[in-house]
Amino acid sequence: MTSPQQPIVLARDVVKRFGDHTVLDRVSFAVDPSQVVVIIGPSGSGKSTLLRCCNALEVPEAGSITICDTVLVKDGVVIPDRALNALRMQVGMVFQSFNLFPHLSVLDNITVGPRTLRKVPRAEAEAAARALLEKVGLAEKADAYPGTLSGGQKQRVAIARALAMKPRVMLFDEPTSALDPELVGEVLQVMKTLAREGMTMLIVTHEMGFAREVADVVMVMDGGRIIEQGPPEQIFGAPSNPRTRSFLDAVISRT
Amino acid sequence: MDLDFTPVWEGWRELGHGALVTIEVTSASLLLGCAIGLLIGIARLEPKRRLIYGAASAYVTCIRGTPLLVQLFLLFFGLPQFNILLPAFFCGVLGLGLYSGAYVSEIVRGAIQSIDRGQMEAARSLGMSYVQAMRIIIIPQAVVRMIPPLGNEFIALIKNSALVSLLTITDLMHEGQKIISVSYRSLEVYLAVAAIYLLLTSTTNFILRRIETRLRAGGLVQ
Ligand SMILES: Nc1ncnc2c1ncn2[C@@H]1O[C@H](COP(=O)(O)OP(=O)(O)O)[C@@H](O)[C@H]1O
Ligand SMILES: [Mg+2]
Repeated sequence: MTSPQQPIVLARDVVKRFGDHTVLDRVSFAVDPSQVVVIIGPSGSGKSTLLRCCNALEVPEAGSITICDTVLVKDGVVIPDRALNALRMQVGMVFQSFNLFPHLSVLDNITVGPRTLRKVPRAEAEAAARALLEKVGLAEKADAYPGTLSGGQKQRVAIARALAMKPRVMLFDEPTSALDPELVGEVLQVMKTLAREGMTMLIVTHEMGFAREVADVVMVMDGGRIIEQGPPEQIFGAPSNPRTRSFLDAVISRT
Repeated sequence: MDLDFTPVWEGWRELGHGALVTIEVTSASLLLGCAIGLLIGIARLEPKRRLIYGAASAYVTCIRGTPLLVQLFLLFFGLPQFNILLPAFFCGVLGLGLYSGAYVSEIVRGAIQSIDRGQMEAARSLGMSYVQAMRIIIIPQAVVRMIPPLGNEFIALIKNSALVSLLTITDLMHEGQKIISVSYRSLEVYLAVAAIYLLLTSTTNFILRRIETRLRAGGLVQ
């Protein structure tokens, strides 16, 4: 068991290189239970890479990442496959491009994880999936195929798919960046509900209004480092780092 | 010059039987080729697994770089030197299967690699092992994309299967030659044999186009 003060995600001095390009440069942070941590920063600053390291889709060369007291990766070595798969069940991932399984119905997209990995009986898994669909406002889409859904609907199904594994933490990599503007709200709404219910979340986003509203902590990344972090009022109200300021100015003038 | 198709009409039973054998040999070979192609294709996905990748690549290189006829003769006339005597039909299917396996493996590999990388990442993120992700997520999607090229492979295999007539298998080609050996009507009989091959390949092609149209309508193939 994790005691309440133990962080769900703990990253220490994480270094990730692609060739001789250092994408993450000794990054350390913690996400506490029920905390919502939002990562912002310019494109190419390493936000996605950092998130992907948290479920070992990318393997950092140095440093360590611990999920719920279990070491995921340390000094460039990922835990053995079996343990890795078990740990990944605890970490929900939502991608910018949804990555729904197009050959499976919405219901099967959501139940395939619990059924094959947690050995949940079909009826039980489907009941849980329908409850999740209800929650994301897509109860009537259970039998639809992903190809027939709008972007916003796809992303809500993707969130339901991740939630079906009953993860301890959810990772979101720009979940609304591929959406038409009018569909962004419905996805953010679902994420706000999750935050309210106490889900632990690590979110990369460019939605500053959303960040201001739901984040407990905002981390600003630039050039592979966390250049500033703090409560949203501080980051958005009185950023101390000039690069944070110029990034926020650029984002705000864009919208 | 006068054409006399009498031997063809008189030999229609034999030719029909031969056509059936051709379909049997081809179908069995493609099945074997699919099994081999799936294994070899998956083995060639990841160059980092050097030994598996290397062995599979060597197989494909050898098969594609040598004549099918030589491969068939090696099995049928070569192996008996080691006292391995395989029945002709078995030899033919094995030879054609090994041969088409090399080509199917490229179809398999291409289809799997055409599946978006995000699919594997999403499956692994749920906690699936590589094998589970392949079996449940990647391969079912890839198989759909394999159907059109596999149909083309089937057509190529129908034509290549004529070579097994040289292993004493009584396929369409072999039956034609038997009729020629007694009637000396080479032109007429080979024309008839060609027409039957054409019928087999164009029927396959027709069925294939129908399947493709369906798949495309379902949005499963681009
Ligand atoms: N697989 C990869 N191979 C090589 N370089 C990569 C790869 N993934 C990301 N990068 C590079 O790492 C840097 C950070 O990328 P990323 O984490 O995607 O940034 P962000 O999400 O903040 O836009 C970029 O310069 C990008 O080009
Ligand atoms: Mg990114």
